[in-house]
Amino acid sequence: MGLDFSILPAYADILWKGTLWTIALTVLSMVFSLAGGVVFAVLQLNRHAIIRWPVAGFAWLFMGTPLLLQLFLIYFGLVQIGLDLNAFVAGVIALSLHFAVYNSEIIRSAIVAVDKGQYEAARSLGLSQFQAMRKAIVPQAVANVTPALGNMMIALLKESALVSVIGVMELTLSAQRAISDSFRPFEFYIAAGAIYYVLNLGLEQAVRVAERRSAQYR
Amino acid sequence: MDFALIGRIWPFFAEAAWVTIEVSMLAIILGLILGFAAALASLSRNVLLRWPARAYVSVFRGTPALIQLFLLYFGGPQIGINLGPFEAGVIGLGINIGAYMCETIRGAILSVDKGQTEAGRCLGLGQAQVMRRVILPQAARMMVRPLGVNAIALIKGSAIVSTISVLELSYTAHRYISSTYKPFEMFILASIFYLAIVTVFSYGVKKIDERVALES
Repeated sequence: MGLDFSILPAYADILWKGTLWTIALTVLSMVFSLAGGVVFAVLQLNRHAIIRWPVAGFAWLFMGTPLLLQLFLIYFGLVQIGLDLNAFVAGVIALSLHFAVYNSEIIRSAIVAVDKGQYEAARSLGLSQFQAMRKAIVPQAVANVTPALGNMMIALLKESALVSVIGVMELTLSAQRAISDSFRPFEFYIAAGAIYYVLNLGLEQAVRVAERRSAQYR
Repeated sequence: MDFALIGRIWPFFAEAAWVTIEVSMLAIILGLILGFAAALASLSRNVLLRWPARAYVSVFRGTPALIQLFLLYFGGPQIGINLGPFEAGVIGLGINIGAYMCETIRGAILSVDKGQTEAGRCLGLGQAQVMRRVILPQAARMMVRPLGVNAIALIKGSAIVSTISVLELSYTAHRYISSTYKPFEMFILASIFYLAIVTVFSYGVKKIDERVALES
């Protein structure tokens, strides 16, 4: 069977919808994984071991196992405990938790890396604990984490393809639907790959802009 | 926790863990070969070597590994490439991680001080000799750990070959979740094997790193 890319336009609609779902999935998971990353990082810096240890254990488990396995756990596990979520929600939860763990490692080391003297100086200038965090520590930490977090977000976009296995109609599964109708895997996986590539280029640009903006606080 | 069930089925997971190890190790070897070749090509002054290498890295790092795998396994037969699931898994993963390893190796080579090249050339070494005798030994020291990070990402990423029905750990976990409705038990069981593989592998990387650091 030869290649025939001229059939692609007939399926433009399904690929377009899949692309939009991939974008929605990725953006939601980015937001939650960043928020979750901050929460996990702060919890891991807590004074009390009883708070630190469970979070550290969870992070260790989720950093050492494949995303695909976590996806199975969350999708089938939540059904088992009576929470019958749809696949999209399960996909967002899995991607968010998986990347929150990685983000928290980056954020935690960035907070620790800001010189302690910065905090002390801010405090002795009369800033409150919260103000010192907000005005002195966080801006410097943000400048330090932006490149690494940006890389995580770029990875998240690509890993989002995995949620197709639990039946989320994003770009990869949309391509598969088109293939089961047209019997042309090569053409549609090339098309899906090209769309991912373009999304990836856009995201890389956005990350670069964010890096440049945050670098001023260094 | 259904410990009786875990006790009964763990040997199937142990068997599947071997498949995960086999697929991962073969893919890592393939990735190292491709990564090295692409890194050297991308540092070459010859455009015909440099551009294809840059394109390879850009395309395979810019698209999901799952799409690459599906393209190879399901799309391959259309262009005359017929591979079994295991072969497609190894080759698909290897080509993907090779692109990431290329960047790691390239970075390590570029981080060697330029004066080293100049000194080597002044001493009468050819370009290839400088690379082999001066640059690579120093770059090797710096690339062991980041390559180890790439390889560990691959071991975990190898779970995706379950989607083309390679009977490895994640495939086995999925199958037993479907037949027993015990997702937590299966997750824990598969996790134990993944964590064990990753831990042993990290230890090996650490030992190699210490050795390379000592030698140079």
